[in-house]
Parts: sequence; structure tokens; C-alpha cells
Amino acid sequence: MTNHWRDIKNADLILINGANPAEAHPVGFQWFVQAKLDPQRGPGAGGGAKIIHADPRFTRTSALADIYARIRTGTDVAYFGGLINYVLQNNLHHESYVTNYTNASFLVKKEYGFTDGLFSGYDPKARKYNTASWGYQIDDAASVAYNAAHPPAGGAVATLAKRDLTLQDPQTVFQLMKQHYSRYTPEMVSRITGIPQDQFLRIAKLVGEMGQPNKVMTIVYAVGLTHHTTGGELIRSGAVLQLLLGNMGRPGGGMNAERGHANIQGNTDHAISWEILPGYLQIPAPQRKTIDEYVAAQAPKKLDPQSWNFFGTNYKKFMVSLLKGWYGDAATKDNDFAFNFIPKPGQNSSWMSIYDQSLKGKMQGLILSGMTATSIGPDSNRVMEALANLKWLVVMDALPTTSSEFWRRPGASPASIQTEVFMVPTTHWIEKDGSFTNSGRWAQWKEQVLPPQGQARHDHWILADLFQRVKTLYRQQGGKFPDPIIALTLKYQDPAKPQLDEIAQEINGFDLTTGKRMSSFANLKDDGTTTAGDWIYTGSYPDSGNLMKRTDGIQDVKTNDPTGMGFFPKWAWSWPLNRRVLYNRASADLEGKPWDQTRPGITWNGSKWVGDVPDYPATMKPYTLDPKAWLPFIMTGEGTGRLFSTSMLDGPLPEHYEPVEAPVANPLHPGQSASPVAFLYSGGGSFGAAKDSFGTVADYPYVATSYRLTEHEHYVTQHVPLLVGLQPHPFVEVPEELAKEKGIQTGDRVRVTSKRGKIEVLALVTKRLAASTIDGKKVYTIGIPIHWGFVGVAADQDPSKGANWLANALTPFVGDANAYTPEFKAFLVDLKKI
Amino acid sequence: MATPVGFFTDTTLCIGCKACEVACKEWNQLPDNPIQFRDSYDNTGQLDQRNFRHVRFVEQATSNPDKPIAWSMMSDVCKHCANASCLEVCPTDAIIRTEFDTVYIQQDVCNGCRDCIAACPYGVIGFDSQSGTAKKCTFCYDRLQNNKMPACAQACPTQSIKFGNLADLRKMAADRVQALQAQGVTQARIYGDTEYGGLHAFFLLTDKPEAYALPNAESAVLPGRNDVPGYLAVAVTSVLAAIGGLVAFRRRGERA
Repeated sequence: MTNHWRDIKNADLILINGANPAEAHPVGFQWFVQAKLDPQRGPGAGGGAKIIHADPRFTRTSALADIYARIRTGTDVAYFGGLINYVLQNNLHHESYVTNYTNASFLVKKEYGFTDGLFSGYDPKARKYNTASWGYQIDDAASVAYNAAHPPAGGAVATLAKRDLTLQDPQTVFQLMKQHYSRYTPEMVSRITGIPQDQFLRIAKLVGEMGQPNKVMTIVYAVGLTHHTTGGELIRSGAVLQLLLGNMGRPGGGMNAERGHANIQGNTDHAISWEILPGYLQIPAPQRKTIDEYVAAQAPKKLDPQSWNFFGTNYKKFMVSLLKGWYGDAATKDNDFAFNFIPKPGQNSSWMSIYDQSLKGKMQGLILSGMTATSIGPDSNRVMEALANLKWLVVMDALPTTSSEFWRRPGASPASIQTEVFMVPTTHWIEKDGSFTNSGRWAQWKEQVLPPQGQARHDHWILADLFQRVKTLYRQQGGKFPDPIIALTLKYQDPAKPQLDEIAQEINGFDLTTGKRMSSFANLKDDGTTTAGDWIYTGSYPDSGNLMKRTDGIQDVKTNDPTGMGFFPKWAWSWPLNRRVLYNRASADLEGKPWDQTRPGITWNGSKWVGDVPDYPATMKPYTLDPKAWLPFIMTGEGTGRLFSTSMLDGPLPEHYEPVEAPVANPLHPGQSASPVAFLYSGGGSFGAAKDSFGTVADYPYVATSYRLTEHEHYVTQHVPLLVGLQPHPFVEVPEELAKEKGIQTGDRVRVTSKRGKIEVLALVTKRLAASTIDGKKVYTIGIPIHWGFVGVAADQDPSKGANWLANALTPFVGDANAYTPEFKAFLVDLKKI
Repeated sequence: MATPVGFFTDTTLCIGCKACEVACKEWNQLPDNPIQFRDSYDNTGQLDQRNFRHVRFVEQATSNPDKPIAWSMMSDVCKHCANASCLEVCPTDAIIRTEFDTVYIQQDVCNGCRDCIAACPYGVIGFDSQSGTAKKCTFCYDRLQNNKMPACAQACPTQSIKFGNLADLRKMAADRVQALQAQGVTQARIYGDTEYGGLHAFFLLTDKPEAYALPNAESAVLPGRNDVPGYLAVAVTSVLAAIGGLVAFRRRGERA
């Protein structure tokens, strides 16, 4: 989240897309309710915030929304694109904000273009874009002069872009996006999404009002946007709308991702994804031989003289401090701080590629810690064959999972599966202390509730122990490249049993000269005298103590929430630097006054910025007093928010593409229906190229989408009888009208098939799902909850033992171009009563 | 006596998460429900000896294009009626009115006769065959005695279930109805101001009580005390029963 949970109460209008907070985040939903109940909020004269829920299913969230729009799954770019078009055509954007705080005025290269569904630079053979033509027009003379006057620090050479602050030049981002989205008329939006035009216009009217400085809208989303081959662009389309309306950086605004586990934000921050290192530093590409080459390639470049380019300027400091923290004395200036110890993957190594590589016979073993591949991976049958192709599999979990039991699942022949499976019992989170980082970036410390039961050990102890044994083997036997293993620092009292408190200190980082813990990443250095295990957490555990443990909350609202905006600065700690709303310089106008006096983020008080922790130098004057002050978005090279992005791999402006399995050809450009750069896996063994397992609407006439229910937490609650009682049996939700056509009644057993597999579960016939008219065609959506498999209370008690209960048996094995996220949320199926 | 307490359940804020059901089961150590698939998101089914809170899901089509479905969720519970028929019929005085003005079944006094189950107009009481007693919501009597709010109200994330002083809650509810009606929710109403003498657990509904399977105000009254034929019938029955009993006792010896 750019903002945080409690901040949702500050919004006038709440757009919910690809999310179902009432069911997936019931506790967080209290803030939606508070906004609704607050008469000061809302469009027009107020009377309570309005909630607009666009979703293929009418859910428990829709039940409390003011407007429910039945949108076809995966078409939110068309919805947001239509809203962007409405705002631009009717001049409803926040003009001062757009001109000064976004890259609307930046001039894009003349070579940039978009024709027949393809951006310029497409290579059909490689299925990739050469993104060079998407860059800005660079003012070479000005850049040379600037670099001469300001010697580049930390590899951050300036390449200054040309701008036209009148926004009239046809090559400005503003004019290009206006042209791009002119195709997204209400009629086109309706053809793609299925939302009736008149309803779309009612929504657009409310949204358009949110460009006024005294109004603010939040967009809340979850994996209903992420889990698509266009996932990155689906999210970006919402962010672009928010920038146009001037709602980024403001309390009550922002682009707010609801994360799916208590600590998934913490996982992401600490590099759960293969392409990043902690703190969102990029994993180096194989061709980067030195740290300076790496920084030159990865660090954002300064594109405007008034861009602070904080990330770009400090990239090297963060990287050196990370290396110094990991490799200690072995990381020296002379060896480039052991930069060569970092693995540099030569190809897509996302988690789906693990299974793809295994099918090709290129994987020996796999350790699963806190994830169950068989339940969460797309195309479960493919995943299970991949696991069967391993020599060994280690499952670290508190309870049996479908991964630990896959070799003896119903219908499998254990004798034919040679994989040796080790179940290593781990502690549950209630059996350990440590921090959870919530969706709003708050790291909150928790205490151990129960001592570990039975033989359970902490995951980090198991890994530490394993690491010590591997290290011993390297010491004894040598190896091709033992240095990174031997040199890795484990400065814990007991290196086989690190305490989470010690790890938290390590993540925060140290000043090696004084031995004290760092209080801010602004003080990190690139000379090897500081460490930071994850620079965005630097300051969470300064010498004064663990700030994540703070609990000054609603017991004394007046003292603990001095601004009344819900920041509660002494409750836990939020990254970065305890800032509650990111980009908050953009919450104030050019004079430093809040756009809305009743909802201040930060305010210039004449000598400094007050309110939230400023996302800006604390004493840098506002633009009216210092015309050369830094632009508000300090992390980007532009210094502004990006309406047009040069760093996405599938297009600088979000464009609607159909899912790989779609009921219609893309009405915008039927010849280029799906994303041209979605990642296609080549497969192996009896599972060939994944694209050969994509079905068509002729064979699989219904759209399906998968989701969670309130009553379960993914798969683990299948072990909790109380919760199994609340949602006991796997089912699919079938629209009433379709059920009638098929003679299906609630409680009937049905078979749902995709080209990849089947599930056999009960039907729940409901009014909450209904047909949509898509490009003139009647399209039904079927809903598929994900929580069941062949492990747990319900499976044990069922005669089938949970055979054909894995929802992901149906989902396609394909990844989005930027994040390689599978398309769990949109695919085609057939449905039959059995 | 302590101040009378109540539950004000605002169905317009309920998200059907069932945190109330789970919190209630955990605190009161009620047994799990059997694995049984029903016809909606509601697999609990009813209030009984295992379920002291039950979220009812009411799904109706509407003519509003921006809200084609009205999916009302309502966390149902024992109403703790002012005129509580369970309490009236209980032959052992196991059912009492507590110092908080709530209705409570004393488990150590209950003889398991089940009269209360038949008498309850809301069907909230169930029979626990293991303990041989009738069970229903205790209003978390043990928590009230320790100045803690009932588990369901504490767990409710959206404050759909509000706990507090009954008079304050009634005022809060009236204000909320007024606000909703001003916003055009003309069907907003309170259920429980007058029914059975006033319910301590009362509800804000957005439709007729019948839509939530609740008796309307006309039906929700106890049988009158001046029901002469009723009293006569009871008198005649008891005389006959007494005679029958005496006869039975007299004949005991004959069999020996």
C-alpha cells in the first residue's frame, strides 16, 4: 500500500477492483465501514464515503458497496482506461498536480508508437519488446552542461529529458496518453468489460469529481489484478488514474494493495522474488562484472535538474551496505565488496520455472518452506509431475500439505514416484516471536504465544543448521566456488540458532566505525563502513531499541495521533523511516499547503515540513519560495509520478489485452488479442509446451475465476475442524440462469474441466453470479474457491479422499511479462452435472 | 442490579465473516459443527446447543441496477426477551434473569425437560445430549461478571454487533435508522423495540422481519395472562393428572 489500512477512513470514494476485502480482509474492512459512516466524507455534499466494487462476482464486499459493477475478469485496464479517457476528455484531471507532479510534460521519442495492438520495438520471434523507443527525448547539451556542473555521484549520470509544461507538444506524455485512451470510449469499455454504458457513466461521474483538490479517492486492489498475464499493467492503469486525479501521496488516496498473508509484504521486502535483492535492489544480470557496471545499469537516472533521484543517487550505498552485511570482512573495496558472490541468473528463475526446469530434468531437489507447490501452483497436474521428477523434496511445514503428501494422493501409485520426500516439522507463527509486515508497510513485532510443540523447529533454525553443515562440507571438501558460502557472516550468539531479534538488528544495519546501529538509510555509505540487511528497514531498530515493538495506539488517541489523520507514529514502525503515506510531498501544493486543509499529509510551517514523516528533505522550502526545490517523487529519475513508464516490459501505457484463454477476441485489436509478451513455458516430459494446453471457447465455453473465502486461510485451515465446519466441502458457484440451462441444483455434484484438468465438487447455484454481454455475446462466469485438496479434515472424511479437489488443476501455466505471475484469475472451462 | 445490557446488531454493517460464530465457539468451548454442505455460504444452519451465534444470509434480487442483489447478512443470537417464554415455562427455575437483565440457563439446575426449547419463539435453544441440558447464548455471563464484553461483540470487525448499556444502544439504533432513511434506505427499521416486551438483543433490518425469518410485531407477543379457557384447561388437566398419579401410586403395591 502507498497508504495504510486505517487511512481508508479518510477517503471520499473507494474503488475496489480485483479485491474482496470484506471476505479476505474482514478486520481491515472496518475502515471502509468507518468511511461510509462518516458524514464528512463522500462525493458532492458528503454524507458518507461511497464504495464502488467492480468484480465478476457479487461478494460480501459488494453487499456493502454503493455501486456493484459486474466486470468481466481481467478487463480492469479497459475499466480504468475508460475512466482515464472520461477524465481527460472532460478536463477533470487535477491540473496543477498533473503539470507539476507527474511526467505529463515530458517529451517522448518520436520513434515511439502504438499500432494494431503493438507498441513500437516488438520482436515477435523473441516475444519481447526492445524498449529503447519508449524513452524520453534527451537534451544532450543540457545534460553535458549539468554533469559538468554537478559531478555524478554514485554512478548517477544525468540524462535530462525535454519537457513542455504547457502540455501542448504532441510528443508530451499528456498528449500521447490522451490519444492512446481516446479509444476507450464508454461503448468500448462496455463491450470489453460487460458493464452497461449507463452504469459506467454513473461511475465515471463520481470518479471524475475526485480530481478536485478538496476530494480524494482511494483504489484498493488485491490479486484479482495481479493474477493475470497483464497483472502489472492492470495495477498501473489504476495508478495512472490516481496520478491524473492528483490522489497519490495524499491521505485518503493512493494505490493500495491488500496483501494475502499476514507477512507477505515482509516477504516481498526481503526478496522472496527471484529478480530482486532485499529492499528492491535488482538482482544483477550475468553480464555485470563490477558493482559500478551494475549500478550504472540498474540505478534510475536523473532525468530532470530538479529530480533528487534519491534511489539512483544512493543505489550503490544500499548495495555496498548489503554486501558488507552479508560478507563482512570478506567484502573489501579491493574485491568490489564481493559483488561477484551474488548469483546472477541468466534466465527467468521465477517460482514457476522451478517446475518447468524439473520437467526438463534439470532439477535434483527442492526445499519448500512455508509454501505448498501442489496447491498454489497453476496446472496442478503439471506441478505434481514436476515434483515426481525430482530426486528429493523437502517440505518444511507445521502440518502435512498436499506437497508433502503428493506421492500418495488419491489415484497416484506411490511405487511409481521415485522422489524421496522429507517432511521437516516447523514451528507455527504462534510458536515464535518476530515481526509481521502488514499491507500498510507496518512492521509489527509479536511475541511467542506457545512453546514449540513436539519436534517442531523454527524454519530459520533449520536453514541455519543446514547452512552450517553445507559450509562444513565446503570447508572439508572444497568445491567449484566455496567463497560465498565460507564468507557469509552469521554473527549470532549461536549461528545454528539465530534469534529473530538478532536478525532484526542485522536487517537494520550497523555503523562499523562506531559499532552502533544505524538510525536512517540516509547515513549509509558506499565505502564499506556501514551495513544494512535491507535498507528500507534501516531505522526500525536503532540504538534506542526495537521500534517495531511500539504500541502507543488508541488507548490515548489525542497523544498518539497528534494530527488526527490516523498516522499513530508510535505504533510499531512502517518503512521507510516510519512514514505512513508514501510520496507525501505530493499531498501539499506548490506553496506547501495541503490540497485539502481538512486532510493534511505534510504541511510547510515556515521552516520545516510537519505532519507525517516527510518523504522529502525536512527543511527544503516549497516551490513558491525555492523554484529549484526537488520535485515530489524523490525515488524516480523524473522526480515526478509516471503516467508513462519506461520500465515496464509490456508497454509504457497500460493497454487492454485478453487473458490467454478468453471468450472473445480483443475488441480493440482482434489481431493482437492477448499480451504479446506473456511468458510461455516450454515444458518437458509428458507435459509439453504450456501454450499447447490453452483451451478455446469452442471447447470450454465458460469463463472461470478462482478465489478465497472468509472462512479459510488458503489451505492450512483444512486442519482446523471449527473452520472446516463453516465451509466444509469444496464447491463451485454457478449462475442461476446457467444452472437452469444445465439442470443443476445446489448440492449436485458437477465436473468442471479445463484443457488441463478437472475438479469434481458440489454446485452452489446463486443469483450473485450472472451472465454478462461481452462484445455482443452472452458470457457466463463460474466461481471456483481454492481452499480444498487431498489433505485435511474434509478430505479425510470424504469417500473420495479429496480426489479432484485441487482448484489449480484447472488454471493455465503462464506468466505475466513483468513479474511472471500466473493467470489464476481468468481461464476457460466447461461444466457438467455428474 | 447492574445496568441492563444489550446487543444492537446492525445488519447493514455485517460482512458475514462469522468471526462472532468462531469467537463464541472458542470462548464457550462449544463443539464443532458436523461437515455438512448446505445451500448457501451458511453451513451453520441454525441456533442450537452448538451454535449461540449464527450468521444468516438472505439473498434477494432487486430492481436497482447499481445493486442488483440485496445480500443481507445478520448475526442472529438469543434475543434475551423482556418477556421470555423460556423463562416462564422452565419448571425448575433453571432459567433466570441475571443482574444484567439477561436470560441465562443455569446448567446445574436444568433438568433437561426441554420445555424451553418448545416455548422459544425464535428457536434459539438446543438440547445437549451429553450434558442432558438445554443450552443457548449466555450473553457471556462469565465475561460480564468480569467486566468484559461478550466474545462475539469483541470479535466483530465492523462493529455490526454492538454491546453496551441497553438504553444507549436503543438511542444509537434510532439515530442510525434516521441516518439511513435520510440516505434513502426507506426500509431501515429496528426489530426488537416492542417484540416480546422488548428484546435485549435487537436488530437493524432493511426489510420486513419475515425476510429474516423473524416473527413480526403482531405475532411476537406472549399468550395473555387473562386467557381464561387456557387456564381452565390447565386446571382440568392438572386435576386429571393428580388423580392419575394417585391411582398409579395406589396400584404400586398390587404388582409387588
